[in-house]
Amino acid sequence: MNTPLLIENGVLVDPSQNLNRRGRLLIHNGIIAAIDPADGDLIAGCRVIDAAGCLIAPGLVDLGVELREPGFEEDETIHSVSHAALAGGFTSILANSGTDPVIDSHGAVEFVRQKAAQALGAKIHVVGCLSKGGDGKQMAELGLLTRAGAVAFSDAPRAIPNDALLKRALEYCRMLNRPIFDRPEVPELASGGVMHEGQVSLVLGLKGLPTEAEDLAVARDVRLAEATDGRLHVGPVSTMGSVDMLRRVKSRGIVVSASVCPHNLMLSDAEMRSYESRFKVHPPLRSPRHVETLCQAVKDKTIDAIQSGHMPRSREKMMNDLDQTPFGISSLETALATAATALVKPGILNWMELIDRMSTQPAQIAGIDGGTLGIGKPADIVLIDPNQSWDVDPNQFRSTCISTPFEGMRLTGRVTAAIVDGEVRFEAN
Amino acid sequence: MTEPDLTPFVQRWHRRHLLDLESLSAEEITTLLDVAQVLKEATDGCRRKLSLLSGKTCANLFFENSTRTRNSFSLAAKRLGADTVEFGSSGSSVSKGETFADTAKTIEAMGVDWVVTRHSTPGTANLLARELGCCVLNAGDGPHEHPTQGLLDLLTIRQHRGSLQGLTVALVGDIAHSRTARSNIWGLKKLGAHVIICGPPTLVSPRWEELGFEVAHHLDEILPRCDVLNLLRVQFERQHARPFPSVREYAALYAMSASRMQRAKDNILIMAPGPINRGVEITPEVADGPHSVILEQVTNGIAVRMSALYLLSAADRLNAS
Repeated sequence: MNTPLLIENGVLVDPSQNLNRRGRLLIHNGIIAAIDPADGDLIAGCRVIDAAGCLIAPGLVDLGVELREPGFEEDETIHSVSHAALAGGFTSILANSGTDPVIDSHGAVEFVRQKAAQALGAKIHVVGCLSKGGDGKQMAELGLLTRAGAVAFSDAPRAIPNDALLKRALEYCRMLNRPIFDRPEVPELASGGVMHEGQVSLVLGLKGLPTEAEDLAVARDVRLAEATDGRLHVGPVSTMGSVDMLRRVKSRGIVVSASVCPHNLMLSDAEMRSYESRFKVHPPLRSPRHVETLCQAVKDKTIDAIQSGHMPRSREKMMNDLDQTPFGISSLETALATAATALVKPGILNWMELIDRMSTQPAQIAGIDGGTLGIGKPADIVLIDPNQSWDVDPNQFRSTCISTPFEGMRLTGRVTAAIVDGEVRFEAN
Repeated sequence: MTEPDLTPFVQRWHRRHLLDLESLSAEEITTLLDVAQVLKEATDGCRRKLSLLSGKTCANLFFENSTRTRNSFSLAAKRLGADTVEFGSSGSSVSKGETFADTAKTIEAMGVDWVVTRHSTPGTANLLARELGCCVLNAGDGPHEHPTQGLLDLLTIRQHRGSLQGLTVALVGDIAHSRTARSNIWGLKKLGAHVIICGPPTLVSPRWEELGFEVAHHLDEILPRCDVLNLLRVQFERQHARPFPSVREYAALYAMSASRMQRAKDNILIMAPGPINRGVEITPEVADGPHSVILEQVTNGIAVRMSALYLLSAADRLNAS
């Protein structure tokens, strides 16, 4: 078994227990054994980690990483994504079917889980493919996928365009008590678009992704969640229209959750003026008014969670012109710092709130262990230096995808260590 | 024939690439037009050859089909004594899967001074300017810009009216998919013209109003105010879904016809960037009528391209020294 750990001199930040104070943490047998243990309770031979100047928080949980293995290993493997996640402070990630074949069978779930276990990085939870073969028409064997270990269902990275399928699946999944994740977009309205549709796209002559392509899908999603009483999560969202809709239905007591990507909280469509493919992300970077609204929505919990939006693509694929280049971003290793720079630095959120949106809330939405420093819970922990500024250098990424809109940018907030089941699996140099 | 002295113009020009008109100042556009005018006259209407650029090589790198722009650039280079290399995308390494940037780097490595590029995607010229060491001229990047087309339109108007200041110029038709429209919009605005952008709402975004331009949907209403009409081709090939019910309906609403001409000013200039769809944007009697300057535009195309090649090359030389 792992060496017991004592983490001391840091600040414990745990939204699940409303904990925000100096303290120390004892980890034994892969679980959190004690908070502020008495000296007599310390275990002989335990490793002491000095977390001076750092936050000690529950490991981050990512609600949506696009998995590329099997099928597109040139973009990212299960091994590299699980280590990229750790370096970004994520101890658990939910991985969806950016794969070929999609994860719609017991065997496919098993493949991912085994590879993930061998990787010894972050925990990878499988989001099963909602429709058979990802065809968007017929339900996959959701019950059997649940038995195999899938924690949620989605057609992501694709949208679920078929209203009847989504309705049936929301009904059916009530029995399984698993959430459905929809990536909200009406394909017909978004077809061919490469960036936010607005003044900038008009001037650049690039085909736009109109906000209503997302707004309409969110409106449909929340209405079906209400009608079926199903568990639904929409995200990532990127528009004022989505926020407005979510705010209204939440005020009526309808249970639905939503997430946003950190880059959509910081950058606007003006970046596309450089025509660089590293800004071609999905959902697209929107105009500043949307960015501002999204930040406020994270503050007031209209948007529950922040997800990395990691969509790895190989360097070759990202080297083409903007029409040919796929949407892609390596964001696991910048997500926390981006969110901290966009939200904590200007005082919109405090660290407790940010950890809530990136750990506690996503763990609850996904219905998985995590998001807490509760005694007896798995010791999935991240240490964060909240004041450290660093320059983003994609060549230092653990991810095999190096396309990032933050290349060369200075961000504040750095992951110094990540612990999974009581084992230190990542330590910054 | 003596070579013209262009030194005073060269001192006012510092760019190595011509990517768009949006980022140029009014002074820079005027310099381009002035040099075009001098070179047009020095070549006897773009018909005679000078040796201003002899020993240099211009590569035409067209990833999208073109006849007039490509030949116009070739002739412009040759009229100034430069050599040309032609490169098309069909049957080339692009169809074998090479990225456009790699293709461009290969051509550059053969030792060229300018790359003239056309591509179906906006921003490709900007990307090449960053990747390549030579001068880059944008000959059309998707619906973004086509700066030399904008310049030749400006030059043609200036030759007829002396100045753009205060003129009302309407761009009519498929604005959404038109690079010519975008280059005209910025060029006209910078030189002081009043720009009206006219077409059906599916092809003319209301956001142009937010950017300070007049937007109109009814040609007949604006026609009496216009000094110049620039009739843009309906780009069927770029439209994902037909933005109007039928060609017949479009022609009824927007085609410049003899009967519409009666509502226009007596000295109106009728322009079209071509290729023209006769009977769609313009009827034959107007295209071939006394107000049409369509063929002058073609000649001026060579003049502005000579100007651009010359000025970029001069800036490049200054940069190197």
